[in-house]
Amino acid sequence: MVIYALSDVVKTNLEVSSMKRADDFQQRRQHLINLSDEELEQRFWQLAEKIVNPMIDMAKKHTTPSIERSVLLRMGFSSIEARAIVDGVIARGLMGKGAGNVVYKLATAKNLEIRAAGLKLVEGELWDEAVALCQGGAK
Amino acid sequence: MTLKIDEKIDVKEILKDLESYRPKRRGWTWRKKNPALKMGPFTYKNCSEPLKNSVPLPSAKYFGDIDPQPDYIITTEIASGRFEDDIRRMRMAAWHGADHIMVIRTAGQSHFDGLIEGTPQGIGGIPITRKQVRAQRKALDMIEEEVGRPINYHSYISGVAGPEIAVMYAEEGVNGAHQDPQYNVLYRNINMIRSFVDAAEAKRNMVWADIAQIDGAHNANATAREAWKVMPELMVQHALNSIYSVKVGMKKENICLSTVPPTAPPAPCLALDLPYAVALRDVFKEYKMRAQMNTKYMESSTREATVTHVLNLMISRLTRADIQSTITPDEGRNVPWHIYNMEAVDTAKQALVGMDSLMDMVELKNEGFLRDKARELKERAVLFMEEVLEAGGYFNAVEEGFFVDSGYYPERNGDGIVRKIDGGIGVGTVYERDEDYCAPVTAHFGYNNVAQYDPSAVEEPSKLIGGGTYEKPEKIIFIDELDETDNVNVRLEETKALRETTEIKPEVEWTGDGYVMMNLFMPASRRVAEFAALEMAKKMNLEDVEIIHKEIMHPSEGTRIELKGKVPFTIDTAALVIPPEPSIMSEEEIREDIAAKPLKIVAGTVGEDEHSVGLREIIDIKHGGIEKYGIECHYLGTSVAIEKLVDAAIELNADAILASTIISHDDIHYKNMKRIHELAIEKGIRDRIMILCGGTQVSPEIAVQQGVDAGFGRGSKGVHVATFLVERRREMSNEN
Repeated sequence: MVIYALSDVVKTNLEVSSMKRADDFQQRRQHLINLSDEELEQRFWQLAEKIVNPMIDMAKKHTTPSIERSVLLRMGFSSIEARAIVDGVIARGLMGKGAGNVVYKLATAKNLEIRAAGLKLVEGELWDEAVALCQGGAK
Repeated sequence: MTLKIDEKIDVKEILKDLESYRPKRRGWTWRKKNPALKMGPFTYKNCSEPLKNSVPLPSAKYFGDIDPQPDYIITTEIASGRFEDDIRRMRMAAWHGADHIMVIRTAGQSHFDGLIEGTPQGIGGIPITRKQVRAQRKALDMIEEEVGRPINYHSYISGVAGPEIAVMYAEEGVNGAHQDPQYNVLYRNINMIRSFVDAAEAKRNMVWADIAQIDGAHNANATAREAWKVMPELMVQHALNSIYSVKVGMKKENICLSTVPPTAPPAPCLALDLPYAVALRDVFKEYKMRAQMNTKYMESSTREATVTHVLNLMISRLTRADIQSTITPDEGRNVPWHIYNMEAVDTAKQALVGMDSLMDMVELKNEGFLRDKARELKERAVLFMEEVLEAGGYFNAVEEGFFVDSGYYPERNGDGIVRKIDGGIGVGTVYERDEDYCAPVTAHFGYNNVAQYDPSAVEEPSKLIGGGTYEKPEKIIFIDELDETDNVNVRLEETKALRETTEIKPEVEWTGDGYVMMNLFMPASRRVAEFAALEMAKKMNLEDVEIIHKEIMHPSEGTRIELKGKVPFTIDTAALVIPPEPSIMSEEEIREDIAAKPLKIVAGTVGEDEHSVGLREIIDIKHGGIEKYGIECHYLGTSVAIEKLVDAAIELNADAILASTIISHDDIHYKNMKRIHELAIEKGIRDRIMILCGGTQVSPEIAVQQGVDAGFGRGSKGVHVATFLVERRREMSNEN
């Protein structure tokens, strides 16, 4: 729905560009004039792909608090538990490992169920062990 | 638990055992098209399988109550802030023909970094929480059984918690969602890096759950000053989100472009909107179209909005739509009311069914203005993307204010939205994955070093943990309530009397809100009319009175006003005296009775009145009238003098007089009834003759007060009259 979505858009404090340009469509389009509709549409999609490719690569190599919390949800933690674990992971500089990975490593090392290991972290326990396991690098 | 048609849906029942409820299914469902649907005397080419239970259009009664359902999915957006009230509206909307129920989120949720839990009340939408989503999906699981068609449940996966929301939706059986990182960036000022990284994960989970995606491009024409000028950019925004989704693994048939005809009258809207619609459908052949209705130029007139929306529907029919979204005609003045959701759904159903087979008769010209304009839009969009790449890519282009500029690209007006790559909400929260990064779950996007633990689990990372919630839903942790004062139980307690006693109050969106709307014409200029109307409503004891619409009929002669106000009382339905509905006998019973004892009537339209249709429908065998039961009918015509009617009854020795009284000015219809009754007494036949009067303005109760035996109002049919004749004759033979 558009109306409510926009009501809290802060347009007033919005920074806007100062770039102004008259419509120079006729000059700019010269290289497109002779393209067939099909060729034009192909070009459209090639450009779109070119724009998103680096962004897809970036997404593959990075993570965020929300992504890590979503991993923990899928591992059987509540939203509240997931938040506590991810906050702890960020505070200890372990985001590059993945929050789910931290819980998994801990569970494996301590021979605990996944959920039991995570709940220890939620309660503020076993973090030193978790940090040590992660600093050991890959298994 | 199944729904009973004559019982209200019980929210308390839905909330019971919610912690263990699992949705029936997952994924999006399209309508089952039927390219040669036969209903009544018609064959439809653009319809789908009918519903088991529904409310047809009001005029359906002239066509055997048929309710053909168009081929497109029909969307309605419902979110009053109280999910428990929305559930009732969803049921009503489903009966009217909606099978895509979109739930709007409360203001501000997109900036909430995480999931919200419980059932707090929202503003302009509901806070999307697991409990509310589960309760609504559970209700819809029952409602879809009742109407006989799957219902797609939909909300938003935007904001800073996209991946978590996507996972929750996947677990809870949500079928459709808005997901478009550009929306976060441009309209929510969420950091662009964060937004795109999150989007990939969110989309990957949508893929797993087969959730259909709707993008956010249409917001550009709601924001730009001159909405039609952003058309080239809209195509770019659609393209970027679509191809980004494809690269994450989403199938094209689950990617729906949210497209809005950008203009409205008095602009020559088809000349602008149609070429754009054609260009978009050319370029995005493989994708689905979610055709939305225009909101940009909506004012408080529901009539004006409806006409614009019908023009939008025509664009859909002339081109293509897969999902036809609807905007309630009152959205220009308030958060949508129950009745306007039904109106919007009916508008779509009515217009689409009315335009059935249109494209078998007309086609869009293959050259000239339409194609030239469409080509121009495509070229402008291509040029836009060329310049994005020249600027160094998407992020740089956003920094330079390429987007939502009101210029007709390549024209630039210097008012585009600028966002900084190192600014916005969530800046600095994106982390590079290490070489040993791992996420032991299903539907994770990007680098995931599972092989370090178990090379055989690479294709199935959740094997590492013995299955996650997608494989074992019993692992999902359900949180009930976190706030003791702001939750559904508190609200239900407040409205308990209205749900559990026979007390009733009118409402527009919430149980017991008490709002009524009044429509009036004031013979005064606008300002005077407005203040006079307010005063009048107060004198009628309405509370919280507010003018919601005014329209000049003439600067001095008068003003149309619509206002709303609250009624401060309830009505006890148990104390009402409700006259019984007219009974209907079976056809056989009537026939047998008439065969055993023939029955004769004389009929005519009385007074200076040339209306004949209504009475003929009651009598004529072709219209299912009383002739078909073997009743002998003598029709005297229109403008029949009352004396003549009574004399004919005597001469023919009729059992009954049927008088049609259409004209009601100055209550002439009731006066005529009284005269027939009195004349029959004078002539000494009243005790052996039945007098029946009918007409569109006839109230059966008031008719009987005039002395006649029965009155028949709007909607009466031959069977009602025949039933009455048979029953009344039996009574009379007992009396005599």
